[in-house]
Amino acid sequence: MGILGLWNYWMVIVLMMIGLYILIARENLVKKMMGLNIFQVSVIMFWVSIAKVEGGTAPIIPEGVTDVVYSNPLPHVLMLTAIVVGVATTGLGLALIVRIYEEYGSVEEDTLREMDRVAE
Amino acid sequence: MIEHLPALQTVVPMMAAPICVLLRQATLVRIFAIAVAWSCLAIALALLEEVLSHGTISYALGGWVAPLGIEYRVDVLNAYVLVIVATIGAVVIPFPLDGRELRIPRERYFLFYALFLLCLTGLLGITITGDLFNIFVFLEISSLSAYALIGLGKERGALTAAFSYLVMGTIGGTFILIGTGLIYQMTGTLNIVDLARRLPPVLESRTVWIAPAFLVVGTSIKLAAFPLHQWLPNAYTFAPSMVASFLSATATKVAYYVLVRVIFGIFGAAFFFETLGLSNLLLPLSLIAMLVGSIAAIQQTNIKRLLAYSSIAQIGYMTLGLSLANLNGLTGGLVHLFNHALMKGGLFLVVACALSRVASPDLEALRGLGRKMPLTMAAFVVGGLSLIGVPGTVGFVSKWFLVLGALDKGLYAVAFLILGSSLLAVVYVWRVVEIMYFRDSDAIVERDEAPLSMLVPTWILIGGTVYFGFNTALTAGVAHTAAQFLLSLGS
Amino acid sequence: MKIPLMRMREKLVVRVVSRFFIPFILLFGLYVQFHGDFGPGGGFQAGVIFTSGFVLYGLVFGLENLQRVVPWRVVESGASLGLLLYGCVGIASLFLNGNFLDYKVLDPHDAMHGLHLGILLIELGVGLTVSASMLAIFYAFAGRRTA
Repeated sequence: MGILGLWNYWMVIVLMMIGLYILIARENLVKKMMGLNIFQVSVIMFWVSIAKVEGGTAPIIPEGVTDVVYSNPLPHVLMLTAIVVGVATTGLGLALIVRIYEEYGSVEEDTLREMDRVAE
Repeated sequence: MIEHLPALQTVVPMMAAPICVLLRQATLVRIFAIAVAWSCLAIALALLEEVLSHGTISYALGGWVAPLGIEYRVDVLNAYVLVIVATIGAVVIPFPLDGRELRIPRERYFLFYALFLLCLTGLLGITITGDLFNIFVFLEISSLSAYALIGLGKERGALTAAFSYLVMGTIGGTFILIGTGLIYQMTGTLNIVDLARRLPPVLESRTVWIAPAFLVVGTSIKLAAFPLHQWLPNAYTFAPSMVASFLSATATKVAYYVLVRVIFGIFGAAFFFETLGLSNLLLPLSLIAMLVGSIAAIQQTNIKRLLAYSSIAQIGYMTLGLSLANLNGLTGGLVHLFNHALMKGGLFLVVACALSRVASPDLEALRGLGRKMPLTMAAFVVGGLSLIGVPGTVGFVSKWFLVLGALDKGLYAVAFLILGSSLLAVVYVWRVVEIMYFRDSDAIVERDEAPLSMLVPTWILIGGTVYFGFNTALTAGVAHTAAQFLLSLGS
Repeated sequence: MKIPLMRMREKLVVRVVSRFFIPFILLFGLYVQFHGDFGPGGGFQAGVIFTSGFVLYGLVFGLENLQRVVPWRVVESGASLGLLLYGCVGIASLFLNGNFLDYKVLDPHDAMHGLHLGILLIELGVGLTVSASMLAIFYAFAGRRTA
């Protein structure tokens, strides 16, 4: 296998780190939300990539044929659910951001923190 | 129908949520939601009864038998947690909504109840399911509705609190997903019982070693275990008090259940405590949580924030019981799930009662409330005594088992610190009591009690802390059986 | 948000093309929905495709017009009815002596037929809920006045 044979994991890790870095380093809430999305997508890619079987096709077995190699369909289905969860999270997060903007007039986290401190 | 109770446990509240949206009319929806929550409790109690008398129940959803299909598996442990969640849901949901604490107008209250029931569905679902991926799905259902419920708080801080909870919660949920993926990769199964069977042969592989790290950190974020608790104080402070009561009493408890299930049900206690040495990490963190949470609670000027920090300390007790990993310690941790749910749920309801009469949750605003609302504040005193762990309250029962567990292991310093942290609880409870009863004690205050509809749920929970403080057969008995069951899993 | 919507309405090409496209988008959505148990597809994808037709309409002809076609109340009820349909299929199989969502029992004579019927109804529920929720998300964001 070697290092290159595991390139799908490397891609996943790179994506994951990009997502987490944006989440931590950016003050803008919308960018944070995007970071969160990238982070989630990296995990979805991870699941889908582990389902791939070398030379495998779609998991439909024609009648009378027995020696078909096919990819594992289960992770794809599970990730469909995870994607829906991701959409719901993004929708809710952005809705909260819209409300935050309406109340505070800003979506920069440091400004928000400052405003909360002044209010106290 | 009896054999379908496991499915109905989640299906009833799940179906009720859209019906709430269709009914729309606030009073009607409220009555309907109360009926649903109480039938959930009835189902949970029936399941517990069934499990205690006939042993584990397995239910194959869609007729697909495990490990292929999703299995609902009810054993002593999750029947017990189901009862906790359903009890709190049933007691808290009749609490009247207060326009002073909620952002939405009365015409939209039906959405609140729909969210509440969805959150209940998620929490019950996490507990009842025997499938690791299903846990993730239900976790997200409960979390998404919890974020929305917290965001309904009146103050604008509720929005930022909900957002940061959303970010932390999603990271936690995604970590659980990564951990699940890693063990799925090695075993090809998601069923918890099947996993426990298939993992031991591959337990030496590095992939399997990484999975528990993600699973434990993910659940610890949801559990708000120190030092991953940052989202909790703001979330509970700005959420409507009734929501804070429900979430503090159920959401963290269910996360604790998942943690226990992962440790004992999937990997086995021997792997976590002997191979990985989890206790070396969890024990000090639990002790720090107990002390830091209590000290932070002492410094607060807002009663909701005070209770939130106290929750972090109390979660420390639970994880302490887990890290002791012996019969008494685990019993203490598990019985504290129920006990803390009663007292913290009750105390947040007391705050909700108080907020129906005073404008702000600041401690200063509570001055003289002891004579203005004697019944409400008496409930606070009883709940506070329970937080401290005075004999005759449930707090004492949990601490008794925890101290026994620590002594069984010969950890005298830990036993001593449990007592020390109780003394810190005396300080923060006393601060509130002093302000309520002894400030401006010569001023004439007119009695203005919270309405009965608020007092009854509050006193049910607070009364429970005293009742189960004396009658420990039910709670400690079941927790003891569950702890025995968990410790027997690995061997 | 307001301004681009106004401008879009004046573009003749966009109006004509989208008027031509919307029926096909909806039709494709229905195809993905109902062909889902034989080929790739299903309620999730179909719901999103179906709603994208409505969203296109809203973008080009204005949100007010779209909300006249599909009012907020309909969106809310649609999302709940889909979930209810899903649950009712599950509960129906309980009454026919199967486990929850065991749709093989839906047709007492032919298990395969019951299976197809169950999947069809379930996916219909999913499609309804997904398309209504997607529209709800669109309404929630596009309908807000920027103060």
